[in-house]
Amino acid sequence: MAPKQVASAAGRKTGGKPAKSNGGAIAEFDKAEELNAYREMLLIRRFEEKAGQLYGMGFIGGFCHLYIGQEAVVVGMQMALKEGDQVITGYRDHGHMLACGMSARGVMAELTGRRGGLSKGKGGSMHMFSKEKQFYGGHGIVGAQVSLGTGLGFANKYRGNDNVSVAYFGDGAANQGQVYESFNMAQLWKLPVIYVIENNRYAMGTSVSRASAQTDFSQRGASFGIPGIQVDGMDVRAVKAAADEAVEHCRSGKGPIILEMLTYRYRGHSMSDPAKYRSKDEVQKMRSEHDPIEQVRLRLIEKGWATEDELKVVDKDVRDIVADSADFAQSDPEPDVSELYTDILL
Amino acid sequence: MPIDILMPALSPTMEEGTLSKWLKNEGDKVVSGDVIAEIETDKATMEVEAVDEGVIGKLLIAAGTENVKVNTPIAVLLQEGDSADSIGFAAPKAETVSESAGGKASDPVEAPAAAKVPAAPKADVASDPDIPAGTEMVMTTVREALRDAMAEEMRRDADVFVMGEEVAEYQGAYKITQGLLQEFGANRVIDTPITEHGFAGVGVGAAMAGLKPIVEFMTFNFAMQAIDHIINSAAKTLYMSGGQMGAPMVFRGPNGAAARVGAQHSQDYAAWYSSIPGLKVVMPYTAADAKGLLKAAIRDPNPVVFLENEILYGQSFEVPKMDDFVLPIGKARIHKTGKDVTIVSWSIGMTYALKAMAELEKDGIDVELIDLRTIRPMDLPAIIASVKKTGRLVTIEEGYPQSSVGDFIANCVQREAFDYLDAPVLTIAGKDVPMPYAANLEKLALPNVGEVVQAVKAVCYK
Repeated sequence: MAPKQVASAAGRKTGGKPAKSNGGAIAEFDKAEELNAYREMLLIRRFEEKAGQLYGMGFIGGFCHLYIGQEAVVVGMQMALKEGDQVITGYRDHGHMLACGMSARGVMAELTGRRGGLSKGKGGSMHMFSKEKQFYGGHGIVGAQVSLGTGLGFANKYRGNDNVSVAYFGDGAANQGQVYESFNMAQLWKLPVIYVIENNRYAMGTSVSRASAQTDFSQRGASFGIPGIQVDGMDVRAVKAAADEAVEHCRSGKGPIILEMLTYRYRGHSMSDPAKYRSKDEVQKMRSEHDPIEQVRLRLIEKGWATEDELKVVDKDVRDIVADSADFAQSDPEPDVSELYTDILL
Repeated sequence: MPIDILMPALSPTMEEGTLSKWLKNEGDKVVSGDVIAEIETDKATMEVEAVDEGVIGKLLIAAGTENVKVNTPIAVLLQEGDSADSIGFAAPKAETVSESAGGKASDPVEAPAAAKVPAAPKADVASDPDIPAGTEMVMTTVREALRDAMAEEMRRDADVFVMGEEVAEYQGAYKITQGLLQEFGANRVIDTPITEHGFAGVGVGAAMAGLKPIVEFMTFNFAMQAIDHIINSAAKTLYMSGGQMGAPMVFRGPNGAAARVGAQHSQDYAAWYSSIPGLKVVMPYTAADAKGLLKAAIRDPNPVVFLENEILYGQSFEVPKMDDFVLPIGKARIHKTGKDVTIVSWSIGMTYALKAMAELEKDGIDVELIDLRTIRPMDLPAIIASVKKTGRLVTIEEGYPQSSVGDFIANCVQREAFDYLDAPVLTIAGKDVPMPYAANLEKLALPNVGEVVQAVKAVCYK
């Protein structure tokens, strides 16, 4: 069993202390990796900001859950995966899709309910999929993706390939019963599943300490013998290091593993959440002291791997991609009415 | 070029709000993520963050202004190279934005008219395959027929596997999976822990990845723990993914009342599952139908809920001895032709219908009996054609009476064959009570042959 690497949970219980570098492994990034992480995280950040704006303008309806603040988690995880590995998550899913390489246009047009959206406009913010990128949604029922993701791992084991599945869920979903039913089967059958618990401290408006008897989520698999690692989810290098270890664990046939990512969402739970359950100082402190993108930016500058001007070029590239996706998402037509009755049965 | 900052919609229902406070002044520099204002919506006070970088050129709406419509420009953001003088040229007005499709600001209220909804497509279903003359018919129990169907399909396709409680070592709680472990091994015949919610989800996940699971529930009463995955995960994924992926799988097991097992173990879910688009729901009566339809269900690329009946498991029927006997899902079977009245039933309901039919024959009433076999997609054309011939209809099921399958059939028939009806449609269902344990009460709670005879006579005015 892999050792638990961190013990900063005590600090997190208060809800006030920022995530600290966890003392666990930190991946050494070369210049290309740092630049890649910067760009990928920035794309998610700018995309989500634009989605928030389009929501404000009425182009995006219903529920819209933004990933701003948590970018290092998916970007770091994705850097450790290979083609064929599967990803599944809950409803805060735009970042995961972009990190999987799904097109910004496809995601944004789905948000606006247009025919060029990844689900032809029939899924919406919480329901997008990509067979090509091995992304299995996009699920709106809290915790459902954990059993489904376990099933993806089951399929890998059944087929005897060396793919792993990554099932992301939050600190809120971590209290659902089916999570533990899944943990039990995954360990019993030694399924290659990485359970990534994105602990952003709040299940909608309820803080972890108000909802969870055991707030150290890395230990939630202990009764099944599933190892867990607590990770500074604001540091993309720490995420990558933990992901490498988890991937190795799964691919070598040792069964599932849990990664608890200590992270933070800057925005409300959804667009209509004023987030009154936490202080402005708490949010501001995370943004100013632990921002995952700013951390990489500072390192790039410090190490002389990029100048401010060079990073501005990256910023502009990213903004262009996002602007293009937004233009497309507003101009692309709504689905043809004939789509009402398609894709119900094969 | 200067950018208009618009009054945002901050909830699914917000149309206007109060601009309660500016947190930035004219001349202030802002970057993405800076909070620039506070807005009171219909639900709460929300912060507005800047999306673009620049300098606040002008605040267009004063703090404290109420009823500011969504998408009204509230400030102008100057970007590098802009001067405050260029504000007059600030690009698109709110009207332009809200006119675009999707903008929800000020759409005029249209007179209520029925929207043109495209017609639901009608699928052609093939008829039952011909059974060649001289084919040997073998008396087989429903139990054996179900097992044979799974075994044949598992031989045919390595992606097919069966999982559930006690399906392997124990040989099946009702012995439906007898012998499968020995033939196919533990990788394909998988005992699960008693965790319906979890293993149903694992099955759906495996199906999304392209495998073809058969998920056995020890009874469908326990599948209520898993119904979220059956409906939200399995039935809806094809639609939500725009056709990219679905769940090619079978959920099967005994459904409905057995005998004296009480309220929690005696419920018929036909009406529940048959109301869900994206599912197919099969409920066979005979062993031949059980075999041919289960084989079809396993091959079907959609999620199929296959509702069996414990009391029928031990009953024997003739099954044709053929290499590959597959029946079409969605096709009713005319069990007996007749001219006076149509009875529609399925699964265990057929046992009441057959006994009633024998009684009615003595009174000279010639019943046409339809075994529906599939509840969804339903073979309504077969029912309508029969009713047009007989002018009378009685349905039989064991489920609860409110929102029953029979109610749906009655509704469809009165829409499509009203002028052919010589009597009201009568629907026979279980009584509107949880299943009692006491033998006498349980008997009363279920439909009985006498009720069927009485109903048929009533619609025949005899």
